[in-house]
Amino acid sequence: MPEIKDLVKGLADTHGRTRESLIPILQGVITHENYISDEAMTEIARELDISAAQVYGTATFYSFLDTQPRGKYVIRVCKTITCAMKGKNLIIQELEDLLKVKLGETTPNRKFSLLETNCLGWCHKGPAMLINDEAYTELTPEKVREIINEYIKK
Amino acid sequence: MAKNINIKIDGITVSVPEGTTILEAARQLNIQIPTLCYHEDLCIAGNCRVCVVELKGARTLPASCAMPVSEGMDVLTNTLKVRTARKHIIELLLSEHNAQCTTCYKNGKCELQDLASEYKISNGETFIDLVPSKNYQIDSYSPSIIKDDSKCIRCQRCVRTCEELQHVSALGVAYKGDKMKISTFFENPMFEVVCTNCGQCVNRCPTGALIERNYIDQVWDAIYDENTHVVVQTAPAVRVALGEDLGIETGEIVTGKMVTALKRLGFNSVLDTDFTADLTIIEEGNELLTRLKRALVDKDPSVRLPMATSCSPGWIKFIEHTYPEYLDNLSTCKSPQQMFGALAKTYYAQKRKIDPAKIISVSIMPCTAKKFEADRPEMRSSGYKDVDFVLTTRELAVMIKQAGLDFGKLPESDFDSIMGQSTGAAVIFGATGGVMEAALRTAYEVVTGREVPFDDLNITPVRGMDGVREAAVTISGTKPEWSFLEGATLKTVVAHGLVNAKKVMDSVRDGKADYHFIEIMACPGGCLGGGGQPVPTNKEIREKRAKAIYQEDAGKPIRKSHENPEIIGIYAEFLKEPLGHKSHELLHTHYKARQRY
Amino acid sequence: MSYTQLKRVDLIFDTEATTKDILQTAWSKTNEQIVNELLESGLKGRGGAGFPTAMKWKFTSEQAEKERYVICNADEGEPGTFKDREILFKVPQKVFGGMAVCAKVIGATQGFVYLRGEYRFLLKELQKQLDDFHAILKALSINFNITIIMGSGAYICGEESALFESMEGKRGEPRNKPPYPTIAGFRSKPTVINNVETLVYAFMITKHGAKKFKDLGTADSRGSKVFSISGDTPKAGIYELELGMTVDQFVEEFGDGDTKAVQVGGASGFCVPRKKFKDTIIGFEGVPTGGSMMLFNSSRSMYNVLHNYLEFFEEESCGQCTPCRVGCQQLIKGIEAVKKGEKHAVYLDQLMKLSQTMKITAKCGLGQSVANSFSSIVDNFKEEMIY
Repeated sequence: MPEIKDLVKGLADTHGRTRESLIPILQGVITHENYISDEAMTEIARELDISAAQVYGTATFYSFLDTQPRGKYVIRVCKTITCAMKGKNLIIQELEDLLKVKLGETTPNRKFSLLETNCLGWCHKGPAMLINDEAYTELTPEKVREIINEYIKK
Repeated sequence: MAKNINIKIDGITVSVPEGTTILEAARQLNIQIPTLCYHEDLCIAGNCRVCVVELKGARTLPASCAMPVSEGMDVLTNTLKVRTARKHIIELLLSEHNAQCTTCYKNGKCELQDLASEYKISNGETFIDLVPSKNYQIDSYSPSIIKDDSKCIRCQRCVRTCEELQHVSALGVAYKGDKMKISTFFENPMFEVVCTNCGQCVNRCPTGALIERNYIDQVWDAIYDENTHVVVQTAPAVRVALGEDLGIETGEIVTGKMVTALKRLGFNSVLDTDFTADLTIIEEGNELLTRLKRALVDKDPSVRLPMATSCSPGWIKFIEHTYPEYLDNLSTCKSPQQMFGALAKTYYAQKRKIDPAKIISVSIMPCTAKKFEADRPEMRSSGYKDVDFVLTTRELAVMIKQAGLDFGKLPESDFDSIMGQSTGAAVIFGATGGVMEAALRTAYEVVTGREVPFDDLNITPVRGMDGVREAAVTISGTKPEWSFLEGATLKTVVAHGLVNAKKVMDSVRDGKADYHFIEIMACPGGCLGGGGQPVPTNKEIREKRAKAIYQEDAGKPIRKSHENPEIIGIYAEFLKEPLGHKSHELLHTHYKARQRY
Repeated sequence: MSYTQLKRVDLIFDTEATTKDILQTAWSKTNEQIVNELLESGLKGRGGAGFPTAMKWKFTSEQAEKERYVICNADEGEPGTFKDREILFKVPQKVFGGMAVCAKVIGATQGFVYLRGEYRFLLKELQKQLDDFHAILKALSINFNITIIMGSGAYICGEESALFESMEGKRGEPRNKPPYPTIAGFRSKPTVINNVETLVYAFMITKHGAKKFKDLGTADSRGSKVFSISGDTPKAGIYELELGMTVDQFVEEFGDGDTKAVQVGGASGFCVPRKKFKDTIIGFEGVPTGGSMMLFNSSRSMYNVLHNYLEFFEEESCGQCTPCRVGCQQLIKGIEAVKKGEKHAVYLDQLMKLSQTMKITAKCGLGQSVANSFSSIVDNFKEEMIY
């Protein structure tokens, strides 16, 4: 709790305390915590002097502003048409096997979360996925194994 | 001055000021365009799209509520294209809506139902029912408000009400797309968030998504139970609005009919919250004068000024959440409802020789927050729950209909006694500024021995519908014991709607104001615009109710609380003195700081 | 027909002149000259809606309110579109340059790039490029500053008024229009919001003059355009091509020999079936596109394609207006029911009517455009929807 308080305060110092600062602060919390807890939202509401329901409403609007606990590495596999055509399901299957979680879940060690997302803008190089901010394209099950193994080592 | 714009609607030419919307222009021509998300008290949303019209030359059908007129516009409100689109939109809303109308609390009072009926939506045409796939939740933890997401049409009237009128934003919009919903913080129960229970959202919800928790059956049970003595009190604002739900013109006072109806419903004693409104004035007026004395004469640094009124439970919960450092500024007086409740099971019980355990105390309130207030753990100073059931004006109207009474034709009758007599000062509690005016009428006279220096006791500066109204009264010719107030100017402010309460409290907090006395009512217009009042509400309706209230005051033989014979009687026989021991036990309370978020 | 019939153009990615040179050229012209050149060139917005760029700049510059903004819409989210990413990666300074020229014309001192969250990996390099750009502005004594704002995963924020809401820290919900951005945009101030590609073209038109651009394309669709090509094609990627080609010509070059349909303009665009390839021009006189071109060969189920699009819209609708929020759910549930045989095939006709209602009653372009793909796919591939 005190850490969250300090984190939010620091982010508000950086980004300001107007409504326009809200999304940068939420993004900042994601960078540090991987998700925005209710405590974090309460602190943000306090710093910005807006209602907590508005913070919650804004956060839940945006796919990348998770309000549920996520792993250190959030994997988002593109599910939009061309990635779907190029075998996105195989990629997800491979990831589920590797991480031993189902889509939407987080590994027990809080290292990986496996999610689907809408178009990532790599339609010519599908299937594609993001791991946090990093984009990986032209995926094959083999390639996915290599990538995940690298992350497991991190 | 804004220039005028000429447009044509359904072939009829109309000239309206620049900035007028198509919807408003059409209404001027008595052309009704259906609406759902539109509400006169709120900013334009343009969400539901049911008010679409055809605009010659335009590719799309604009929402008439959100489209300002422009020169030469040619608008058509009743074409095949418009009809088809509106019908589709109503059908879409119904497909997301739990349309079990016959068992819905709002059956017959639902704007979506009205539209479905008007457009003759039949089963065969409707789209796939989406409700089974929605996992809708019902939040029924609050003693005041029930939120049923399965009835919600996402018009966001409640969200705008909570933000624009109340600055609470307990309700917001969460998620997007098919998952978009009206939600509290983290989808917590309304009971656990910053909701003040004011019910302004309930008053504006077009469907059954937000309703008051009703206690109609419990009250009937109490009435039918021969072992109980059921007393009922009616708040000042009920009598100027109840008629609206029972086929009577807005702004008509129905006090006498209401009393008759309550007696016919079977209440054992029909009494008046106005009596305890008068009592509040005595207690609160003395509290104010005592605080002034301690501050000015004794120089006691612990005295908190300005003092703020405490009659409005929505305001109380708001300050508990939002300005907990100012709780000591609140008058310790209970609201008239709770004073009444405490006295009903003590003073009244003794006088009438009734076992208080057998008394069921019911109140009729223009308010949903009163339901919460009655449930507060502090409100048991009689040794019992002081007020057992709180019904809104709307619930009373339902009971009157259920009892088969033709309200308009009822004869008039008087309140029972004791605790049924009141003054004009009590009546005006129902309007914003009324408590202030009533308090000034009494306090000025206590201090000077003379009536307030306003024509016919009408302290007009505190009346009206401006959100924040300041008034100053200079005191002169004081009695010897109040000489420290000689020449002092009593600075007062009145605010209604919590968005205005915030303005006042911020200026107090920031040291920009040096008020002595603050009146705040949570609801727009004061209690007459309460969340428990008949639907619809708008500025015009609230002004008519206010006019009725001041009419009732003007017509009362006694217009100052301290002249109420029953008040004089209760002090002589029971309470002994204002702010005395008994008063503290029964009529005063304390507040608790609540979490800000 | 052969490969060479589609004219490759190199206005966007050419790196002949430096940013500084082009800025100097621009600053040697009057604002009127710049607007007139843009008007003359016929440049229309490259994000998809196709509003004449010159008019946007002109209207904004004429407002009484002096605080004005220029915003680069880099919230590229349309399925099948990825050209802005490439432009920002390869020639970011031209994007900034276009913003600076616009700022000069409208009298703005502050600009913003709203970059979609999915492209955060570009941020570091983009910021570096921006620092360099600011140095150039400083050297030229140009008072203009650009800030990059990050999105957080919401397609609807590509809609300009939703983008303003998002920049203001709110849910990205489109506003009622009017007022339009040129009058009341970001912070309710007059705002020019242009797509990434539009800004680069505007910048290059300032450099070359109108003619080079105007000589390309057709009467309604002047110039060239960057296309994002994906799907069943051996040549997926980004191409700058002259406007005015038919789908047939396009398929000739980019198809895999078995193309049965081309989705022009992404999920919110139109599906062109093989039988209409010859008669359909890619451009404002035919099917407009923000650059997305998705090819489908005969192995693909158009039901699956449509279902995928509708799922996308169902999730990415902001949810505020009835036709879009509920309409999308009904369309998807509806085609599922027909496919499963739970609804008779004639139910598709009812859904077609519904999509038409969405097209004319939804609050913003997203809800209005769902009908495009829906009706063009259902119309042309009805059997695939039923069997």
